[in-house]
Amino acid sequence: MTAPRSWWKVRPGQLSASVALLPLAMIVLVAYAGTVLWSLRVSLTDARTFPSDVYVGLAQYERLFHNERWLLSLNNLALYGLLFIGLCMVVGLLLAVFIDQKVRGEGLLRTVFLYPYAMSFVATGLVWQWLLNPELGLQNAVQTLGFDGVQIDWIVDQDKVMYTIVLATVWQASGFVMALLLAGLRSIDAQIWNAARIDGIPTWQVYVFIVLPMLGESIATVFVLLLTATVKLFDAVVSMTQGGPGNASEVPAKFIMDHLFGRANLALASAGSVVLLLSFLALVAPLFYARSRYQKRVGHP
Amino acid sequence: MAGIKIHDLHISYGKTTVIESLDLEVLDGEFLVLLGPSGCGKSTLLHGIAGLQEVSAGTITIGGVDMTHADPTDRQIGMVFQSYALYPTMTVERNMSFSLRVKGFSRQEIARRVDRAAQMLQLTELLQRKPAQLSGGQRQRVAIGRALVRDAGVFLFDEPLSNLDAQLRTELRRELKLLHKRLGTTMVYVTHDQVEAMTLASRIVVMRAGHIEQIGTPGAVYARPNNLFVASFLGAPAMNMLHGTLVAAQDSTMALALQGGNIGLAGYAFLDAPQAACEVVLGLRPESLHLDPAGPFEGTVVLVEPMGNHSVLWFDWAGQHLSCLLPGGVAPALDSALRFAIDTTQISLFDRHTERRL
Amino acid sequence: MNSRLSVARWGIYCFLLGAALFFLLPAYVMLVTSLKSMDEIRLGHLFALPAELTIEPWRSAWSSACTGLNCEGIRGGFWNSVGIVIPSTVVPILLGALNGYALSFWRPRGSQALFAVLMAGAFIPAQVMMYPLIQILAVLGIFGSLAGIVLVHTIFSMPVMTLLFRNYYLSIPTELFHAARIDGGGFLRIFFELVLPMSVPIVTVAAIMQITGVWNDYILGLVFAGREHLPMTVQLNNIINTTTGTRLYNVNMAATILTSLVPLAVYFASGRWFVRGITAGALKG
Repeated sequence: MTAPRSWWKVRPGQLSASVALLPLAMIVLVAYAGTVLWSLRVSLTDARTFPSDVYVGLAQYERLFHNERWLLSLNNLALYGLLFIGLCMVVGLLLAVFIDQKVRGEGLLRTVFLYPYAMSFVATGLVWQWLLNPELGLQNAVQTLGFDGVQIDWIVDQDKVMYTIVLATVWQASGFVMALLLAGLRSIDAQIWNAARIDGIPTWQVYVFIVLPMLGESIATVFVLLLTATVKLFDAVVSMTQGGPGNASEVPAKFIMDHLFGRANLALASAGSVVLLLSFLALVAPLFYARSRYQKRVGHP
Repeated sequence: MAGIKIHDLHISYGKTTVIESLDLEVLDGEFLVLLGPSGCGKSTLLHGIAGLQEVSAGTITIGGVDMTHADPTDRQIGMVFQSYALYPTMTVERNMSFSLRVKGFSRQEIARRVDRAAQMLQLTELLQRKPAQLSGGQRQRVAIGRALVRDAGVFLFDEPLSNLDAQLRTELRRELKLLHKRLGTTMVYVTHDQVEAMTLASRIVVMRAGHIEQIGTPGAVYARPNNLFVASFLGAPAMNMLHGTLVAAQDSTMALALQGGNIGLAGYAFLDAPQAACEVVLGLRPESLHLDPAGPFEGTVVLVEPMGNHSVLWFDWAGQHLSCLLPGGVAPALDSALRFAIDTTQISLFDRHTERRL
Repeated sequence: MNSRLSVARWGIYCFLLGAALFFLLPAYVMLVTSLKSMDEIRLGHLFALPAELTIEPWRSAWSSACTGLNCEGIRGGFWNSVGIVIPSTVVPILLGALNGYALSFWRPRGSQALFAVLMAGAFIPAQVMMYPLIQILAVLGIFGSLAGIVLVHTIFSMPVMTLLFRNYYLSIPTELFHAARIDGGGFLRIFFELVLPMSVPIVTVAAIMQITGVWNDYILGLVFAGREHLPMTVQLNNIINTTTGTRLYNVNMAATILTSLVPLAVYFASGRWFVRGITAGALKG
């Protein structure tokens, strides 16, 4: 007869493992779960400079969605997200596919495309701020070349300033997308290429009908990462335009930070951050669900 | 349906020459196996025939047309790779029809060809499945189906069974042989496994270091190997090798002087006139050693390996270990003495220095 | 297979070279601007090489630019960043390795759930965690100190670090681990004598990612580092965007380059390891 397993009697190794994971468990509980719950709680109060115990229900959320700046920031982020993710994907994919064609100087090219990713968003924002300087930057340089009518003053144009941020961050992140997709491309069984050659499939069709579908997982991963970067957009805006001109390039992350500190409205800021979190999860969760279903169906190991 | 003629072929990667001055003719409708150890150039040769590997010199003719530098698609060939290389995101039907769609065939024609191939390969129920949902054998058939729909004249196989476990391997081997019987297409098959070569081939090409060592039917290559390399490569357990010297016997025939005694060579068919005092290697297949209580030689049992339907007996004779076959169930005691005789019509003699058959 | 220069090949090279130009342009302008005098810059020829090369802007950026209250250049920020990056690399890597080890080989009860929640936590925007974290650090008495910023960096890098090490250790055959246990090894012994020595590649990758990531961070440094430890990125932004009076573009660009030197150096020195870091960190299970 075997001895009954008492739940408190674990082997010494397993105990050590559990103890080793305690710091992580604390971090997850307190720093992750705890802060989310706290922010949620604060968003339901009327806290201003300091936390408060007065509950006001969903009043802050109502105020939030009547706040012009907040609505503008959401608008900006949506526009930014579409352009940023779309352009990064396209540019990154094109770069990866072209480099995959056994070009000479591949190592050098890859280094050139990826170095911007090693720079901080702040540095990127500052460089592009200078480049797009209306008086002394690109606009001036192009005009002195003789193209008088050309206007590249987007950075001071309320309707066009978001495009400048898109430009700067796409410049920074496309190399990253390229690196990931290239790794995916290279992991494809070389014999598939041989089989396609023997079948007589032209190269571009191999990419479109065979390779790209096989890259589905990599592309999904890249999409999630780009989406995460979109939601986090803060550094580049602060350094490049400070949210301006006026509030034209306001984004949710900056709105929240401003209200947490400068404008001393904790509850409103917390409501904003909860909304940001929920919308992000709403966008990402279906993807993960779809991916786990796909993996089960195809019999992923 | 096509034959292949290869003449004076040279293939090299940069400074390394992989294949040199190779001549080979693949007869229409035969199952030719390229057999050899890794690095002998068999895969390179296959890839050269397929057009996936550049040829430095020489000619390759397929179906009477010079295809030495032609694109793989123009060669009317099909190829089955080690990993089968099926397009993972497409169904079986789309895998097979892809090349036809690219070439612009009409939908009726595509459907007709795919259905015909599916019937021949028993894939009709599997047409809507994806490769990940198929068994190893089914995947092999889809890979063949891809070539079948294009009416390929030659099918090339690059070690398609190497990744599989033993049981699946024997099963698919038989399927392949039946398929060849049914289709009758020319097939060129690369492997390092001599059992696969023996069971599948109509002719075997044994290769080493970029050269052809011997071409012949399995029976011929097995019974009369041209040199030591071929002799030791085919057959399991491996051929027994003994060193000896030729001596002239009284009745003007040759005899072989071995450590354990002399053997008369009257029954042996020499290729050229034998020279006395020539140093030779005697090749003895385990099945040509017969246990005979009245036999001229005596040895001591060292090891018995029961294989079920037969046993391999290892014994010591004059300091050397030899193997012979016994029917299953018979197992002499270890260290017991046994007597045996050698059937000289079944032996092979090789010059010890040139390694060629005498 | 013809590798001769066909039209398609030309198109490929043209595209790639054009893209390379687009990527290199800002770096070129940045460098060139930083070596010109303000008079030259005011002429407005963005792309022209400096007529008179000067390294004054660099000197100024390093030791006399105004980063808020004092005007001692960005060198203070440089050393602050170094002081932050080193512990913020060592601690997360140690923790990440330990966690990854426990999660992959030992898998105590509840660890799978813990890992899943950790991965979910990676998606939480920092703004949600910002104020509560300030409260926590204040309670612990380390808000605005070096310990505080290191703790914050550790918290935020737990998901990636744990994932990196866990995945790496999962690729090590479990037979090694079983053999060590049969030989009598316990939790820590196996970690220090078997697993850690095998971890050199992944530690390298993790270090590269962490150094680059922490050095380039702005928002956490802004909030948690405290006035004496402001990292270079924060000071850089202060120099450029909060100066009153004339903007010294050459000094600004020099300061930007100085701030980017360390991560760029790591990037160029690490080559393939950098890419390995990116791809490994991207594989979310």
